[in-house]
Amino acid sequence: MWQFMHKLSSPKYFYDLSGKMLPWFILATAILLIYGLYAGLILAPPDYQQGDGFRIIYVHVPCAIWSLGIYTFMTITAAIGLIWRMKMAHIMVRASSVIGAWITFAALATGSIWGKPMWGTYWVWDARLTSELILLFLYLGFIGLQTAIPNRQTAAKAGAILLLVGFVDIPIIHFSVDWWNTLHQGASLSLLSKPTISPSMLYPLLAMIVGFGLLFATILLMRTRNEVLLWENQSRWVQRLISC
Amino acid sequence: MNPKRTKRLTFVLIIVIGMAIAVGLALYALNQNINLFYSPSQVVTGQAPKHHMFRIGGIVKPGTIHQIPHSLDVSFDVTDKVNQVEVKYKGILPDLFRAGQGIVVDGQLNHHGVFIASQVLAKHDATYMPPEVRAALKEAKHYKHIKSVGKIQ
Repeated sequence: MWQFMHKLSSPKYFYDLSGKMLPWFILATAILLIYGLYAGLILAPPDYQQGDGFRIIYVHVPCAIWSLGIYTFMTITAAIGLIWRMKMAHIMVRASSVIGAWITFAALATGSIWGKPMWGTYWVWDARLTSELILLFLYLGFIGLQTAIPNRQTAAKAGAILLLVGFVDIPIIHFSVDWWNTLHQGASLSLLSKPTISPSMLYPLLAMIVGFGLLFATILLMRTRNEVLLWENQSRWVQRLISC
Repeated sequence: MNPKRTKRLTFVLIIVIGMAIAVGLALYALNQNINLFYSPSQVVTGQAPKHHMFRIGGIVKPGTIHQIPHSLDVSFDVTDKVNQVEVKYKGILPDLFRAGQGIVVDGQLNHHGVFIASQVLAKHDATYMPPEVRAALKEAKHYKHIKSVGKIQ
Protein backbone atom coordinates (compact mmCIF):
# COMPACT_ATOMS: atom_id res chain seq x y z
CA MET A 1 0.00 0.00 0.00
CA TRP A 2 2.73 2.40 1.05
CA GLN A 3 4.79 1.49 -1.97
CA PHE A 4 1.79 1.98 -4.24
CA MET A 5 1.17 5.44 -2.78
CA HIS A 6 4.81 6.23 -3.36
CA LYS A 7 4.64 5.13 -6.97
CA LEU A 8 1.40 7.06 -7.46
CA SER A 9 3.10 10.22 -6.30
CA SER A 10 5.24 10.12 -9.44
CA PRO A 11 3.39 12.18 -12.09
CA LYS A 12 4.53 9.97 -14.96
CA TYR A 13 3.40 6.75 -13.25
CA PHE A 14 0.04 8.35 -12.43
CA TYR A 15 -0.38 9.54 -16.02
CA ASP A 16 0.23 6.09 -17.47
CA LEU A 17 -1.91 4.21 -14.94
CA SER A 18 -4.85 6.64 -15.09
CA GLY A 19 -4.86 6.41 -18.89
CA LYS A 20 -5.39 2.67 -18.65
CA MET A 21 -8.06 2.95 -15.93
CA LEU A 22 -10.11 5.72 -17.49
CA PRO A 23 -12.23 3.64 -19.93
CA TRP A 24 -13.31 1.33 -17.07
CA PHE A 25 -14.31 4.28 -14.92
CA ILE A 26 -16.36 5.74 -17.78
CA LEU A 27 -18.09 2.41 -18.37
CA ALA A 28 -18.95 1.86 -14.68
CA THR A 29 -20.23 5.45 -14.34
CA ALA A 30 -22.43 5.11 -17.42
CA ILE A 31 -23.94 1.81 -16.25
CA LEU A 32 -24.77 3.08 -12.76
CA LEU A 33 -26.16 6.44 -13.88
CA ILE A 34 -28.30 4.92 -16.65
CA TYR A 35 -29.69 2.27 -14.26
CA GLY A 36 -30.20 4.83 -11.50
CA LEU A 37 -31.99 7.33 -13.70
CA TYR A 38 -34.19 4.72 -15.37
CA ALA A 39 -35.09 3.00 -12.10
CA GLY A 40 -35.52 6.29 -10.25
CA LEU A 41 -37.53 8.20 -12.82
CA ILE A 42 -39.58 5.38 -14.33
CA LEU A 43 -39.61 2.21 -12.18
CA ALA A 44 -39.82 3.69 -8.67
CA PRO A 45 -43.35 4.33 -7.38
CA PRO A 46 -44.53 7.90 -6.64
CA ASP A 47 -44.29 9.12 -3.03
CA TYR A 48 -47.39 9.06 -0.82
CA GLN A 49 -46.99 12.71 0.05
CA GLN A 50 -45.10 14.39 -2.78
CA GLY A 51 -46.27 12.29 -5.74
CA ASP A 52 -43.87 12.33 -8.68
CA GLY A 53 -42.25 15.51 -7.38
CA PHE A 54 -40.04 13.56 -5.02
CA ARG A 55 -38.05 12.11 -7.95
CA ILE A 56 -35.71 15.11 -7.92
CA ILE A 57 -34.20 13.32 -4.89
CA TYR A 58 -32.26 11.14 -7.38
CA VAL A 59 -30.20 14.15 -8.40
CA HIS A 60 -30.40 16.32 -5.29
CA VAL A 61 -29.20 13.83 -2.68
CA PRO A 62 -26.19 12.49 -4.67
CA CYS A 63 -25.11 16.08 -5.39
CA ALA A 64 -25.51 17.09 -1.75
CA ILE A 65 -23.62 14.04 -0.44
CA TRP A 66 -20.75 14.52 -2.88
CA SER A 67 -20.54 18.25 -2.24
CA LEU A 68 -19.46 17.21 1.27
CA GLY A 69 -17.55 14.15 0.05
CA ILE A 70 -15.41 16.05 -2.45
CA TYR A 71 -14.57 18.74 0.11
CA THR A 72 -13.53 16.08 2.63
CA PHE A 73 -11.45 14.32 -0.03
CA MET A 74 -9.81 17.64 -0.96
CA THR A 75 -9.01 18.50 2.67
CA ILE A 76 -7.43 15.12 3.42
CA THR A 77 -5.47 15.12 0.16
CA ALA A 78 -4.32 18.71 0.72
CA ALA A 79 -3.17 17.82 4.26
CA ILE A 80 -1.18 14.89 2.84
CA GLY A 81 0.33 17.24 0.25
CA LEU A 82 1.19 19.72 2.96
CA ILE A 83 2.78 17.25 5.37
CA TRP A 84 4.60 14.95 2.93
CA ARG A 85 5.24 17.65 0.28
CA MET A 86 3.59 15.48 -2.35
CA LYS A 87 3.14 17.24 -5.66
CA MET A 88 0.53 14.81 -6.97
CA ALA A 89 -1.70 15.49 -3.96
CA HIS A 90 -1.75 19.22 -4.70
CA ILE A 91 -2.46 18.54 -8.38
CA MET A 92 -5.45 16.34 -7.47
CA VAL A 93 -6.85 18.90 -5.03
CA ARG A 94 -6.63 21.61 -7.66
CA ALA A 95 -8.35 19.36 -10.20
CA SER A 96 -11.18 18.51 -7.74
CA SER A 97 -12.12 22.07 -6.84
CA VAL A 98 -14.12 22.99 -9.94
CA ILE A 99 -16.04 19.70 -9.90
CA GLY A 100 -16.85 20.25 -6.22
CA ALA A 101 -18.06 23.78 -6.85
CA TRP A 102 -20.37 22.68 -9.68
CA ILE A 103 -21.80 19.78 -7.72
CA THR A 104 -22.48 22.07 -4.73
CA PHE A 105 -24.17 24.52 -7.07
CA ALA A 106 -26.26 21.64 -8.47
CA ALA A 107 -27.26 20.57 -4.94
CA LEU A 108 -28.38 24.12 -4.10
CA ALA A 109 -30.18 24.59 -7.43
CA THR A 110 -32.06 21.27 -7.36
CA GLY A 111 -32.94 21.87 -3.70
CA SER A 112 -34.32 25.27 -4.59
CA ILE A 113 -36.42 23.85 -7.44
CA TRP A 114 -37.69 21.14 -5.10
CA GLY A 115 -38.41 23.65 -2.34
CA LYS A 116 -40.80 25.84 -4.30
CA PRO A 117 -43.63 23.30 -4.86
CA MET A 118 -43.14 21.33 -1.61
CA TRP A 119 -42.21 23.92 1.01
CA GLY A 120 -43.64 26.95 -0.78
CA THR A 121 -40.37 28.84 -1.14
CA TYR A 122 -37.20 28.70 -3.23
CA TRP A 123 -34.98 29.73 -0.36
CA VAL A 124 -35.08 30.08 3.40
CA TRP A 125 -32.18 31.05 5.65
CA ASP A 126 -32.24 27.91 7.75
CA ALA A 127 -29.08 26.28 9.09
CA ARG A 128 -28.84 23.53 6.46
CA LEU A 129 -29.29 25.78 3.43
CA THR A 130 -27.06 28.55 4.76
CA SER A 131 -24.17 26.24 5.70
CA GLU A 132 -24.37 24.58 2.26
CA LEU A 133 -24.20 28.04 0.63
CA ILE A 134 -21.09 28.76 2.72
CA LEU A 135 -19.60 25.53 1.31
CA LEU A 136 -20.12 26.87 -2.23
CA PHE A 137 -18.31 30.07 -1.22
CA LEU A 138 -15.45 27.98 0.22
CA TYR A 139 -15.05 26.18 -3.11
CA LEU A 140 -15.19 29.48 -5.00
CA GLY A 141 -12.69 31.02 -2.56
CA PHE A 142 -10.32 28.10 -3.16
CA ILE A 143 -10.62 28.45 -6.94
CA GLY A 144 -10.10 32.21 -6.68
CA LEU A 145 -7.01 31.71 -4.56
CA GLN A 146 -5.54 29.27 -7.07
CA THR A 147 -6.01 31.67 -9.98
CA ALA A 148 -4.83 34.71 -8.00
CA ILE A 149 -1.44 33.23 -7.03
CA PRO A 150 0.73 32.60 -10.11
CA ASN A 151 3.25 30.36 -8.32
CA ARG A 152 1.73 26.86 -8.17
CA GLN A 153 3.60 25.78 -5.02
CA THR A 154 2.53 28.86 -3.05
CA ALA A 155 -1.03 28.61 -4.41
CA ALA A 156 -1.26 24.97 -3.35
CA LYS A 157 -0.08 25.77 0.19
CA ALA A 158 -2.43 28.74 0.59
CA GLY A 159 -5.28 26.65 -0.80
CA ALA A 160 -4.57 23.80 1.60
CA ILE A 161 -4.81 26.16 4.57
CA LEU A 162 -8.11 27.56 3.29
CA LEU A 163 -9.42 24.00 2.99
CA LEU A 164 -8.32 23.11 6.53
CA VAL A 165 -9.94 26.23 7.98
CA GLY A 166 -13.15 25.69 6.02
CA PHE A 167 -13.40 22.02 6.95
CA VAL A 168 -15.29 22.98 10.12
CA ASP A 169 -18.31 23.66 7.86
CA ILE A 170 -18.62 19.97 6.88
CA PRO A 171 -19.85 18.59 10.25
CA ILE A 172 -22.01 21.72 10.62
CA ILE A 173 -23.80 20.97 7.35
CA HIS A 174 -24.20 17.31 8.26
CA PHE A 175 -25.56 17.87 11.77
CA SER A 176 -27.42 21.16 11.13
CA VAL A 177 -30.77 19.36 10.87
CA ASP A 178 -30.19 17.66 14.25
CA TRP A 179 -28.71 20.56 16.18
CA TRP A 180 -31.22 23.25 15.24
CA ASN A 181 -34.77 23.28 14.02
CA THR A 182 -34.77 23.84 10.28
CA LEU A 183 -37.23 23.77 7.40
CA HIS A 184 -35.07 21.09 5.79
CA GLN A 185 -36.02 17.64 7.00
CA GLY A 186 -33.63 15.24 8.71
CA ALA A 187 -31.59 12.59 6.94
CA SER A 188 -33.34 9.68 5.19
CA LEU A 189 -30.11 7.73 4.87
CA SER A 190 -27.69 7.01 7.65
CA LEU A 191 -24.90 4.53 8.16
CA LEU A 192 -26.11 3.54 11.60
CA SER A 193 -29.87 3.31 11.29
CA LYS A 194 -32.49 1.90 8.97
CA PRO A 195 -33.25 4.23 6.04
CA THR A 196 -36.66 5.93 6.17
CA ILE A 197 -37.07 5.52 2.44
CA SER A 198 -38.90 2.54 0.98
CA PRO A 199 -36.61 -0.16 -0.62
CA SER A 200 -38.15 0.28 -4.10
CA MET A 201 -37.08 3.95 -3.95
CA LEU A 202 -33.83 3.33 -2.08
CA TYR A 203 -31.92 1.10 -4.56
CA PRO A 204 -32.04 3.58 -7.47
CA LEU A 205 -30.93 6.27 -5.01
CA LEU A 206 -27.94 4.21 -3.86
CA ALA A 207 -27.05 3.54 -7.51
CA MET A 208 -27.17 7.28 -8.21
CA ILE A 209 -25.01 8.07 -5.17
CA VAL A 210 -22.33 5.55 -6.20
CA GLY A 211 -22.74 6.66 -9.83
CA PHE A 212 -22.12 10.30 -8.94
CA GLY A 213 -19.05 9.24 -6.94
CA LEU A 214 -17.70 7.42 -9.98
CA LEU A 215 -18.59 10.39 -12.19
CA PHE A 216 -16.51 12.56 -9.86
CA ALA A 217 -13.62 10.04 -9.99
CA THR A 218 -13.78 9.92 -13.80
CA ILE A 219 -13.77 13.69 -14.28
CA LEU A 220 -11.09 13.97 -11.58
CA LEU A 221 -8.83 11.52 -13.45
CA MET A 222 -9.31 13.44 -16.69
CA ARG A 223 -8.66 16.83 -15.10
CA THR A 224 -5.69 15.53 -13.09
CA ARG A 225 -4.11 14.19 -16.30
CA ASN A 226 -4.42 17.66 -17.82
CA GLU A 227 -2.97 19.28 -14.71
CA VAL A 228 -0.07 16.80 -14.68
CA LEU A 229 0.85 17.78 -18.24
CA LEU A 230 0.65 21.47 -17.31
CA TRP A 231 2.81 21.14 -14.16
CA GLU A 232 5.31 18.87 -15.84
CA ASN A 233 5.47 20.63 -19.20
CA GLN A 234 9.21 21.16 -18.82
CA SER A 235 10.01 17.53 -18.08
CA ARG A 236 11.37 15.19 -20.71
CA TRP A 237 8.57 12.62 -20.72
CA VAL A 238 5.94 15.28 -21.40
CA GLN A 239 8.07 16.82 -24.15
CA ARG A 240 8.40 13.39 -25.72
CA LEU A 241 4.62 12.82 -25.42
CA ILE A 242 3.88 16.10 -27.16
CA SER A 243 6.40 15.64 -29.96
CA CYS A 244 5.16 12.22 -31.05
CA MET B 1 8.17 10.22 10.98
CA ASN B 2 10.89 12.81 10.62
CA PRO B 3 10.63 15.89 12.85
CA LYS B 4 9.76 18.25 9.98
CA ARG B 5 6.73 16.20 9.05
CA THR B 6 5.66 15.91 12.67
CA LYS B 7 5.81 19.68 12.89
CA ARG B 8 3.68 20.10 9.78
CA LEU B 9 1.21 17.50 11.02
CA THR B 10 0.88 19.38 14.32
CA PHE B 11 0.29 22.57 12.33
CA VAL B 12 -2.53 20.90 10.35
CA LEU B 13 -4.12 19.50 13.52
CA ILE B 14 -3.90 22.86 15.29
CA ILE B 15 -5.77 24.58 12.44
CA VAL B 16 -8.53 21.96 12.35
CA ILE B 17 -8.98 21.66 16.11
CA GLY B 18 -8.62 25.41 16.68
CA MET B 19 -11.26 26.20 14.09
CA ALA B 20 -13.58 23.55 15.52
CA ILE B 21 -13.31 25.05 19.03
CA ALA B 22 -13.71 28.65 17.82
CA VAL B 23 -16.70 27.96 15.60
CA GLY B 24 -18.19 25.60 18.18
CA LEU B 25 -18.16 28.33 20.82
CA ALA B 26 -19.57 30.90 18.39
CA LEU B 27 -22.41 28.59 17.38
CA TYR B 28 -23.09 27.73 21.02
CA ALA B 29 -23.41 31.43 21.80
CA LEU B 30 -25.70 31.98 18.82
CA ASN B 31 -27.72 28.85 19.49
CA GLN B 32 -31.22 30.35 19.73
CA ASN B 33 -30.65 32.67 16.76
CA ILE B 34 -29.82 29.84 14.40
CA ASN B 35 -33.12 28.08 15.06
CA LEU B 36 -35.48 28.81 12.22
CA PHE B 37 -38.63 28.99 14.34
CA TYR B 38 -40.19 29.10 17.82
CA SER B 39 -42.54 26.39 19.03
CA PRO B 40 -46.14 27.28 19.98
CA SER B 41 -45.26 26.59 23.63
CA GLN B 42 -42.45 29.15 23.48
CA VAL B 43 -44.93 31.67 22.04
CA VAL B 44 -47.54 30.97 24.71
CA THR B 45 -44.98 31.32 27.52
CA GLY B 46 -43.83 34.64 26.07
CA GLN B 47 -40.36 33.67 24.88
CA ALA B 48 -41.06 34.85 21.33
CA PRO B 49 -40.52 38.50 20.35
CA LYS B 50 -43.64 40.67 20.76
CA HIS B 51 -43.25 43.48 18.28
CA HIS B 52 -41.44 42.09 15.32
CA MET B 53 -41.60 39.29 12.79
CA PHE B 54 -40.67 35.75 13.78
CA ARG B 55 -41.55 32.21 12.74
CA ILE B 56 -43.57 29.50 14.46
CA GLY B 57 -43.09 25.85 13.60
CA GLY B 58 -45.56 23.11 14.46
CA ILE B 59 -48.35 20.93 13.22
CA VAL B 60 -51.64 22.10 11.71
CA LYS B 61 -54.20 21.01 14.33
CA PRO B 62 -56.84 18.82 12.64
CA GLY B 63 -60.35 20.33 12.68
CA THR B 64 -59.18 23.92 13.07
CA ILE B 65 -58.78 24.88 9.40
CA HIS B 66 -61.38 27.47 8.40
CA GLN B 67 -61.34 28.66 4.84
CA ILE B 68 -63.52 31.70 4.12
CA PRO B 69 -65.39 30.94 0.86
CA HIS B 70 -64.54 33.01 -2.25
CA SER B 71 -61.41 34.46 -0.69
CA LEU B 72 -57.83 33.49 0.11
CA ASP B 73 -58.36 34.04 3.84
CA VAL B 74 -57.71 31.04 6.01
CA SER B 75 -57.29 30.49 9.72
CA PHE B 76 -55.98 27.46 11.60
CA ASP B 77 -54.24 26.51 14.82
CA VAL B 78 -50.60 25.49 14.87
CA THR B 79 -49.74 23.15 17.72
CA ASP B 80 -46.84 21.24 19.26
CA LYS B 81 -49.39 18.91 20.93
CA VAL B 82 -49.08 20.89 24.18
CA ASN B 83 -49.98 24.46 23.31
CA GLN B 84 -51.45 26.07 20.22
CA VAL B 85 -51.47 29.44 18.54
CA GLU B 86 -54.20 30.70 16.22
CA VAL B 87 -52.88 31.74 12.80
CA LYS B 88 -54.57 33.94 10.19
CA TYR B 89 -53.23 33.98 6.65
CA LYS B 90 -54.24 35.43 3.31
CA GLY B 91 -52.61 33.87 0.28
CA ILE B 92 -51.81 30.68 -1.54
CA LEU B 93 -50.95 27.69 0.63
CA PRO B 94 -48.25 25.18 -0.41
CA ASP B 95 -49.38 21.85 -1.90
CA LEU B 96 -48.44 19.89 1.20
CA PHE B 97 -50.58 22.04 3.53
CA ARG B 98 -53.22 19.90 5.25
CA ALA B 99 -54.40 18.93 8.72
CA GLY B 100 -51.63 17.19 10.66
CA GLN B 101 -48.89 18.57 8.42
CA GLY B 102 -45.73 20.11 9.87
CA ILE B 103 -45.51 23.76 8.85
CA VAL B 104 -43.51 26.92 9.47
CA VAL B 105 -45.37 30.27 9.44
CA ASP B 106 -43.67 33.65 9.23
CA GLY B 107 -45.43 36.71 10.68
CA GLN B 108 -46.26 38.73 13.78
CA LEU B 109 -48.51 38.45 16.83
CA ASN B 110 -51.35 40.98 17.06
CA HIS B 111 -52.85 42.39 20.30
CA HIS B 112 -55.27 39.50 20.66
CA GLY B 113 -52.49 36.91 20.54
CA VAL B 114 -53.43 35.86 17.02
CA PHE B 115 -50.51 35.26 14.69
CA ILE B 116 -50.91 37.19 11.44
CA ALA B 117 -48.88 35.19 8.94
CA SER B 118 -47.29 36.63 5.83
CA GLN B 119 -45.90 33.31 4.62
CA VAL B 120 -46.80 29.67 5.20
CA LEU B 121 -44.17 27.01 4.45
CA ALA B 122 -44.76 23.26 4.57
CA LYS B 123 -42.23 21.00 6.25
CA HIS B 124 -42.04 17.45 5.10
CA ASP B 125 -40.49 14.53 6.92
CA ALA B 126 -37.62 12.34 5.79
CA THR B 127 -39.91 9.40 5.03
CA TYR B 128 -40.51 8.35 1.46
CA MET B 129 -42.82 5.49 0.52
CA PRO B 130 -45.31 4.49 -2.17
CA PRO B 131 -48.99 5.34 -1.49
CA GLU B 132 -49.90 1.63 -1.23
CA VAL B 133 -47.37 1.08 1.57
CA ARG B 134 -48.75 4.14 3.37
CA ALA B 135 -52.29 2.75 3.07
CA ALA B 136 -51.17 -0.65 4.34
CA LEU B 137 -49.36 0.95 7.29
CA LYS B 138 -52.44 2.99 8.18
CA GLU B 139 -54.60 -0.10 8.03
CA ALA B 140 -52.18 -2.01 10.25
CA LYS B 141 -52.20 0.85 12.77
CA HIS B 142 -56.00 0.95 12.70
CA TYR B 143 -56.13 -2.79 13.21
CA LYS B 144 -53.70 -2.56 16.14
CA HIS B 145 -55.82 0.22 17.62
CA ILE B 146 -58.97 -1.90 17.42
CA LYS B 147 -57.11 -4.79 19.01
CA SER B 148 -55.83 -2.69 21.91
CA VAL B 149 -59.27 -1.14 22.45
CA GLY B 150 -60.72 -4.66 22.41
CA LYS B 151 -58.26 -5.75 25.11
CA ILE B 152 -59.21 -2.92 27.45
CA GLN B 153 -62.86 -3.85 27.17
